[in-house]
Amino acid sequence: MAVHGFRRTLTGRIVLRVDAVEKGLLTTLLEQLVDFVAPEPEDDDDDPLHRLVGIAESAERPEDPALARLFPDAYLDDAEAAADFRRFTERALRDTKVAQARTALDTLRRSGDKLTLTEPEAGAWLGALNDLRLALGSRLAITEDAAEEFAALDDDDPRAATYHVYDWLTFLQDSLVRSVMPTAP
Amino acid sequence: MTAPAELERPEVEDATTSDRPWITIVWNDPVNLMSYVTYVFMTYFHYPREKAEKLMWQVHNDGRAVVSSGTREEMERDVTAMHSFGLWATLAKDD
Repeated sequence: MAVHGFRRTLTGRIVLRVDAVEKGLLTTLLEQLVDFVAPEPEDDDDDPLHRLVGIAESAERPEDPALARLFPDAYLDDAEAAADFRRFTERALRDTKVAQARTALDTLRRSGDKLTLTEPEAGAWLGALNDLRLALGSRLAITEDAAEEFAALDDDDPRAATYHVYDWLTFLQDSLVRSVMPTAP
Repeated sequence: MTAPAELERPEVEDATTSDRPWITIVWNDPVNLMSYVTYVFMTYFHYPREKAEKLMWQVHNDGRAVVSSGTREEMERDVTAMHSFGLWATLAKDD
């Protein structure tokens, strides 16, 4: 797949260069991310005030390791404090992640292979790409020696295809970080 | 990004006084890019690049780094922000 990615132009605009195939793949991945992180239907909480302020009736650490990585415990040694923190913050965090992915999806609907992004849109992309990499990385059980390990996989190993996507998202995110990195010391 | 709240606060160095009894710890993970972690420390905490990179290397080499200190409420805010950036962070009492 052609290597394009993000860059900041000489006039300071942030541009994402993608072809139609890459747009399609990113759209699919971001739609899956929205489904993955969207809050559960609130069938177990009838308190309208709780819904209004985003407090969950109860909140347990997600069993899925990828979700547990996206929504980690805030306290290591205090299960009660961790559950309380999650009750008050997880729904808003899920909403944030959904909103970031949706913003990125909106920019992909623009025509052409050179998409100019506003700073907030670039910020949303940064978060969404990171969330995608965290989710895929968890599925692949990525380690810090991932490159060597996955380069050794046969092409017909299903993990090889997933790693290929993960690696491409890594490239994209790195190009975006370099585009938005503050230049001041 | 969901710009997380940006707070003015003193440097971490004067952290261990009794009015700053809680700390935010960022943990190493194999996914987050070093450049991204540095970016988060620079943009959210407004740390200069040198300090942000030093903390990033501490996370990478030691497995964790204390990135801020303050009241429990402030640290819960920082941990929430780190989670919104996708960094693995916890808060703890500094004792």
